Amino acid sequence: MSFLTITGLSAKLRGTSFPILRDVSLRVSAGEVHGLVGESGAGKSMIGKAVLGILPTSVEITKGRIELDGVDLLSLTPAERRRRIGATAALIPQDPLTALNPSRRIGPQITDRLVDILKWPRSRAEARARELLAEVQIPDPDRVMRSYPHELSGGMRQRILIASAFAAEPKLIVADEPTTALDVTVQKQILKLIAEMQARHGTALLFVTHDLGVVSKVCQSLSVLYGGKVVEATGVRDFFREPAHAYSRALLAATPKYTDPAASLTPVPEAVIAAVQAEIAAHDRTHDRSARRG
Amino acid sequence: MVDKSGADGRSLIRRRAGLKLWLSGGWLATLALAAILAPWIAPQDPLAQDLFLGRLPPVWIQGAEPGFYLGTDSLGRDVLSRILYGARLALIVALVAGTVTCVIGASLGLLAGFLRGWVDVVISRAIDIWMAFPPVLFSILLIAVMGPGLQSIILAIVVIDWTRFARVVRAEAMAQGAMDYVASAQVAGRGRISTMLTEILPNVLPTIIALLTLEMGIAVIVEAILSFVNLSISTDDPTWGGMIAEGRTSIHQAWWVLIFPLITLFLTVLSFSQLGEGLKDRFDPVLR
Repeated sequence: MSFLTITGLSAKLRGTSFPILRDVSLRVSAGEVHGLVGESGAGKSMIGKAVLGILPTSVEITKGRIELDGVDLLSLTPAERRRRIGATAALIPQDPLTALNPSRRIGPQITDRLVDILKWPRSRAEARARELLAEVQIPDPDRVMRSYPHELSGGMRQRILIASAFAAEPKLIVADEPTTALDVTVQKQILKLIAEMQARHGTALLFVTHDLGVVSKVCQSLSVLYGGKVVEATGVRDFFREPAHAYSRALLAATPKYTDPAASLTPVPEAVIAAVQAEIAAHDRTHDRSARRG
Repeated sequence: MVDKSGADGRSLIRRRAGLKLWLSGGWLATLALAAILAPWIAPQDPLAQDLFLGRLPPVWIQGAEPGFYLGTDSLGRDVLSRILYGARLALIVALVAGTVTCVIGASLGLLAGFLRGWVDVVISRAIDIWMAFPPVLFSILLIAVMGPGLQSIILAIVVIDWTRFARVVRAEAMAQGAMDYVASAQVAGRGRISTMLTEILPNVLPTIIALLTLEMGIAVIVEAILSFVNLSISTDDPTWGGMIAEGRTSIHQAWWVLIFPLITLFLTVLSFSQLGEGLKDRFDPVLR
């Protein structure tokens, strides 16, 4: 049974007709890791933000449904939606340096949600936070909880954010390029940590990334996006063995091969881009026509 | 990891901020104390005129009279006593006008910068329109309409300067609002206003404090300007601006009537701005 179901989600830049998302549909089952891949500006982060209700004010959802655990989020009032999302979903943000409030100590930033949404007593929430910090291999959790973010390294902060995301045992976590802002050496550890935590807690994960290598390691299924449209949605094994869409094939071929340093980078061929753009334009036309008819 | 050794540049920043803080804070504290205790420590009655004692020089210059430490003006009034009494008005205006301006301006700026949308449109347009008025003319006009008096001065400063806070705090709130921790707080189910108060406000606070002290300095200047053009409180009460205006006419015969209030004014305004800088450094969580 799918835990997150997005159906025909379209969004545009407010006040214009510029599309951000075009008729996006995807399903994530409970406990599944689903990758969202695509180039910069393909709309992969926007899907994650739409699910969590944190789209920038400049982006407006025009149609579609986002069902989280059987409830259509877009039909709720903002306050209900916030509570609903707070109780069932969480975010692992991209940049650990800006994702913790610099003027608050770490402890309350982790326990906030437990106290506010789940109404836990503070002492229990703090015990839970300590437990989670230990689980993400942070030495001396007590001291870290009393620290301010600037006293900790980037890798530490990302661990804290991961602990914080799992704190309320959410059923879905959106990881928005969680390793992009980190050092290459730290990236691998963090990735491993997220995969371990996900497996242990059985959380569904929507993993936004542009790194197909990461997808092959942690995801079970993925959606490839171009221009705000899903061009291919498939299982990871099928995708790497035999990508169905020409754009997916080109994207896969463009992955740098670290085993052969002499090999030059392969860009996505222009013909493929032209083809996928034509496909999107065709989709827009039929979509507009049906909208006008209806 | 936690670095307490101070091996990097942060400890240097802190030491310099400390000195700034002590010097400016010390001057303002002394001045405040002197203003409060003025009736007891002032050597003379600030309003007492005695034409036989007119234009007495400060004590270290020949021809001075004992008890008139900084000399007297052309009407024989003691300069030091008048400066002390003038400090009362200057500091009251600085505190009250500064705080009221800060609360109004910062609240509007915070709302506009964080809530965006129509709230931002309304507040930003109001700021734009407001800033098109020439401030000095605006304040003189206001006082001409309302009549001179303490309330009029304070109101004039608030009405003119709230835009300064609103502008800066709005920009700062927008910058903070784009940070991931604000998104995280909202995903965690925090409401808009609550997010604004716990996530945005503490991070904008160093800026607000710096602006507040700066504004207090500006309030002192505005009060001095208004009393210089005789639009402050009643003409009898001593004000720094009024003393400077009177001293200007006799600069060649009695420079001390002009210079001492001017130095006091200068040090006070400088101290307010330096205090703000020092406090900002101290409160900034990244520099702390």
